[in-house]
Amino acid sequence: MAAEQPLATPAGDQTRIHNIGYRTYDGPRLGRSYATRSLYSQSLRGAYGLGRSVKSKVLPMLLFVVMCVPAAIMVAVAVATKAKDLPVDYTRYAIIMQAVISLYVASQAPQSVSRDLRFKTVPLYFSRPIESADYVRAKFAALASALFILTAAPLLVLYVGALLAKLDFGDQTEGFAQGLVSVALLSLLFAGIGLVIAAVTPRRGFGIAAVIAVLTISYGAVSTLQAIADAQGSGSAVPWIGLFSPITLIDGVQSAFLGATSAYPGGIGPSYAEGVVYVLVVLGLIAAAYGLLLRRYRKVGL
Amino acid sequence: MYDPTVARLTYRSLLGRRRALILGALPLLLIAISVVVRGLAGADDQTASDLLGGLALATMVPIIGVIAGTGAIGPEIDDGSVVYLLSKPLKRPTIIFTKLIVAIAVTMVFSAVPTLIAGLILNGNGQQIAVAYTVASLVASIAYAALFLLLGTVSRHAVVFGLVYALVWEALFGSLVPGARTLSVQQWSLAVAHKVAGGDLVTSDVGLTTATVLLVAVTVLATWYAGQKLRSLTLAGEE
Repeated sequence: MAAEQPLATPAGDQTRIHNIGYRTYDGPRLGRSYATRSLYSQSLRGAYGLGRSVKSKVLPMLLFVVMCVPAAIMVAVAVATKAKDLPVDYTRYAIIMQAVISLYVASQAPQSVSRDLRFKTVPLYFSRPIESADYVRAKFAALASALFILTAAPLLVLYVGALLAKLDFGDQTEGFAQGLVSVALLSLLFAGIGLVIAAVTPRRGFGIAAVIAVLTISYGAVSTLQAIADAQGSGSAVPWIGLFSPITLIDGVQSAFLGATSAYPGGIGPSYAEGVVYVLVVLGLIAAAYGLLLRRYRKVGL
Repeated sequence: MYDPTVARLTYRSLLGRRRALILGALPLLLIAISVVVRGLAGADDQTASDLLGGLALATMVPIIGVIAGTGAIGPEIDDGSVVYLLSKPLKRPTIIFTKLIVAIAVTMVFSAVPTLIAGLILNGNGQQIAVAYTVASLVASIAYAALFLLLGTVSRHAVVFGLVYALVWEALFGSLVPGARTLSVQQWSLAVAHKVAGGDLVTSDVGLTTATVLLVAVTVLATWYAGQKLRSLTLAGEE
């Protein structure tokens, strides 16, 4: 036994009072990337309430179901009526369901980061081999993936349904691919905005309210202004106003480049040149959100 | 029934630091937008009505109501410091009533006042639109504050449920299912606004009598039940 070993200390080594036989760990060390991956998968599971209490599973699962049910209904209708096309474009679906997506971001972004701040567990993460950049990367990627699952699942339902209904394969695949690109952008953008706001406050409830306020008020304000600009005949201002809220940004990008019909008043999306500005703003916002998060977590004590 | 110390503490927690920031930012945004709209479109009754109805009453008032209503009691229950308040020789309904008064006052100040200013900027109170929407947001403030205060005592996820009610039920279901509009604070307050404005610009799906009865009933019942909930409050552990 290890405890018997002190007797066997070499005669020259007299500096030690006694050796109670602690052994150093000499197994494999999994390192920084493993810890980051674990944080990622744990946050991703947490975003759907897996591995948490039953109560906290209710809301994300409910929102997921609410997200998918309309898609299933549309497919059923398309199959039953033998329609030539799905009632809604792949790219349009997320725009219609934006309230659900906003609620999901608002409820899950604060639960992902605010509680770590509130219970002061952030320094514990950094006592592992991960660094603050890894923490930010893992949380960002986890929330973006969770959002992607939320927004891409109904598209998948639509796509599978469309193929079962024997709609044109080429058309549907193209639309599906465009839809996936647009929801990927949307996921990154919304995750960034949600996390930046949530990382500021340790209060979960307040974080939720702040995220939802930013998302809905900006959309409300922008769409009101667009409607007024359109009614006043200054239609050229409509795309520029659209730059100021996340959902209209995504709408603009996909109607310029991804063949979507715009939900803007008048139905006229940005032109290609304006679309480039849209893409730059979206990418800029995502990068800015990432940068702000890095800055926020630079101070480990917080 | 009204305890000044509890009121003072609640005011401080509601208007402290960042909470006041978001509470103040929303009204400022509304006023800024109405200035822009006035510049773009000039004074137009329909535009004013759309903006006040769509942005102020449908979005801003509920969000401020959620922040003030749940914020008046939610955080205290959440971090457990409510026991210090409950251990004082105060009746629980008194605590709820005081917090309700504070939540109503905060919601009114941050939603009705900017609505009035925005209305005056938009069309200078033409056809009583500004006053009508101000009255609507005053009335809605009372009902929302009572409702969301109750939610704050019932659930730890009060903010989410409050927002689900305000955004999904009132905005989404209300626009799809006509029946849902009968059960919506927004429509009840619009009924009152309709009475004030008179014309056809402000309309509601609910009659004035029904609306008034429902408003009063919801406010009283929510406050009473919140008092009951607080009497039998158990402090839950962290999930």
